[in-house]
Amino acid sequence: MALDFSTEQQKLTVVLSGDMRRYDDQTRIAEVMSAAARVKEICFEAAGLKDWDSTTAALIYRLITREIKPKTKVVTASLPEDLQRLLALASAVDRKPAQPTMNKECFLEKLGGWGLAVGGGIKKALAFMKEAVASLVRFFCGRAVMRRVDFEFALEDCGYKAIGIVSLVSFMVGLILAFVGALQLKMFGAQIYIASLVTIGMIRIMGAIMAGIIIAGRTGAAYAATIGTMQVNEEVDALKTFGFSVSDFLVLPRLLSLMITMPFLTMLADIMGMIGGAFVAVLILDISAPLYWQYSVSAFGLNNFLVGIFHGFVYGLIIAGCGCYYGVNCGRNADSVGVATTRAVVASIVIMIVVTGLLTLIFEALGI
Amino acid sequence: MKTDKVKIKGENLTVAYGDNVVLRRVNFEVEKGDIFIIMGGSGCGKSSLLKVLTGLKEPAAGKVLIDGVDFYAADTAEQKKIMRNGGILYQSGALFSSMTLAENIALPLQQYTDYSAAMIKDLVALKLALVGLRGYEDFYPAEISGGMKKRAGLARAMALDPDILYFDEPSAGLDPVSAKLLDDLILEINQSLGTTIVVITHELSSIFAIGKNAIYLDSESKTVSAYGNPHELLKNPPNRNVLSFLTGGRE
Ligand SMILES: Nc1ncnc2c1ncn2[C@@H]1O[C@H](COP(=O)(O)OP(=O)(O)O)[C@@H](O)[C@H]1O
Ligand SMILES: [Mg+2]
Repeated sequence: MALDFSTEQQKLTVVLSGDMRRYDDQTRIAEVMSAAARVKEICFEAAGLKDWDSTTAALIYRLITREIKPKTKVVTASLPEDLQRLLALASAVDRKPAQPTMNKECFLEKLGGWGLAVGGGIKKALAFMKEAVASLVRFFCGRAVMRRVDFEFALEDCGYKAIGIVSLVSFMVGLILAFVGALQLKMFGAQIYIASLVTIGMIRIMGAIMAGIIIAGRTGAAYAATIGTMQVNEEVDALKTFGFSVSDFLVLPRLLSLMITMPFLTMLADIMGMIGGAFVAVLILDISAPLYWQYSVSAFGLNNFLVGIFHGFVYGLIIAGCGCYYGVNCGRNADSVGVATTRAVVASIVIMIVVTGLLTLIFEALGI
Repeated sequence: MKTDKVKIKGENLTVAYGDNVVLRRVNFEVEKGDIFIIMGGSGCGKSSLLKVLTGLKEPAAGKVLIDGVDFYAADTAEQKKIMRNGGILYQSGALFSSMTLAENIALPLQQYTDYSAAMIKDLVALKLALVGLRGYEDFYPAEISGGMKKRAGLARAMALDPDILYFDEPSAGLDPVSAKLLDDLILEINQSLGTTIVVITHELSSIFAIGKNAIYLDSESKTVSAYGNPHELLKNPPNRNVLSFLTGGRE
């Protein structure tokens, strides 16, 4: 047996022998530990010990630090010299740290904490918005400190680089809209109204929503990740200590570029959606192209179009705002960038939908 | 036999990033139980050489022999085994931030051994105590200081009782006292466990305090320009660059 022990009159002799590498006999270990707790002296006997590794050391270390009564005498002289050195090293620095405070909270405390967090969050968000607006004002007065290349880079990223994906997705949405609509309208022999359905649907809301969702996932996430990484690397702190306004330097270029590009991307989505609808109607449902064109044109109302563009503009603000907000408020850990990115996308989409609801009610009331 | 004593051998190692050759024809041997220093100025290719030795970057030419086995010619299973026998302490500790210190150290043990949970717990306690972090099991990396992170990283590197421990600039970013403590710890581990230790550093105090053997990587010639015990090298410097490096630029 590799580990053995005997007790006589308050003295425990622990005998280690043979090959003790990878020793993991927990029942035996438990017996030794409980025996050790009852004695006043422990003597290790290791004459027959051939091989040992960390498990042996871990075992002895546990025995002499945690299992015995204080003031127990421990004799380790018989242990191999290097094992003794190892144990001495482990016991040498013995600074007990203050345990991290992990106090359990009751339900009310949690609720209160949650309420405070929400309140704090709203306050931070409002402060962020105030700063962003101030930056915009400074920009239009020509006093904002922003690097031109940052702005150009941001503009490029959500400009022509986004055209492909926005086109593809809105084309498919127009196509789907036409297909699903056709199945229903066919029952009334009113297939030609697909043209009106697709046109109004795309330009009034769907174009803006599709562009918004794609840009939220593509660009908003990138904003949060980029600024979040800068936060982790303490670059944001460096900016602040130079006296730069984070809002001017980081938020403004991104906000401006989405304010500019989102209306155009919405227009692009409108057009591609309508092409998708026409594609289905003309090539698959055999509606004559001139007729489809005629119905599309008559359904196309300028106010619908402008409402769509306005939505796109508002979504741009929301996406840039959420991306930058979560980036700037990113934590300092390695995983906080991931958290910030996810939150930015989820928050942009949720806020976009809620704002759409509100805008719809307002436009309804105004009769637009 | 002679090869029995050699733990790591670099044979005509050439290290390159694309066309950019960083090191050329590097030769050296690290004996079992040695503390081997890889020294040289910033950007001379120390970290790159370490990547080659630890199996993270294939050399453009040459061989790495660990216990006589040609690492980059071995099959994947063999390579994994060799890699597991070497623990690495990265510059910043590289602790997994979403895990407590105990979980960080337990991770390789859970993966590669079949020890019971109780034994793993005891082993974690021992390793933490060895690096002077007794009782820090439940702390997250974000809650401890830089020097403590390095020591915790060392505890993790030692989790599987490796034959070789590699250190990439262990004292970088530490105050002199913490750096000294880490040097002492390296010496203690080397003496009590007999672990072969490879240290990358440009800290003169560390080099002279712990180094038994050293190579100097010269950024002009892109190869080893001095090889031997640091104190001996200081007495008989083979060239001006080494002398200037070992005297801190004073000569
Ligand atoms: N991932 C990489 N890609 C390309 N070149 C690299 C890479 N890492 C390092 N280098 C180049 O290799 C050289 C040596 O770098 P490194 O090994 O980090 O030096 P040291 O650790 O000695 O300071 C540097 O000149 C650097 O430009
Ligand atoms: Mg380096």
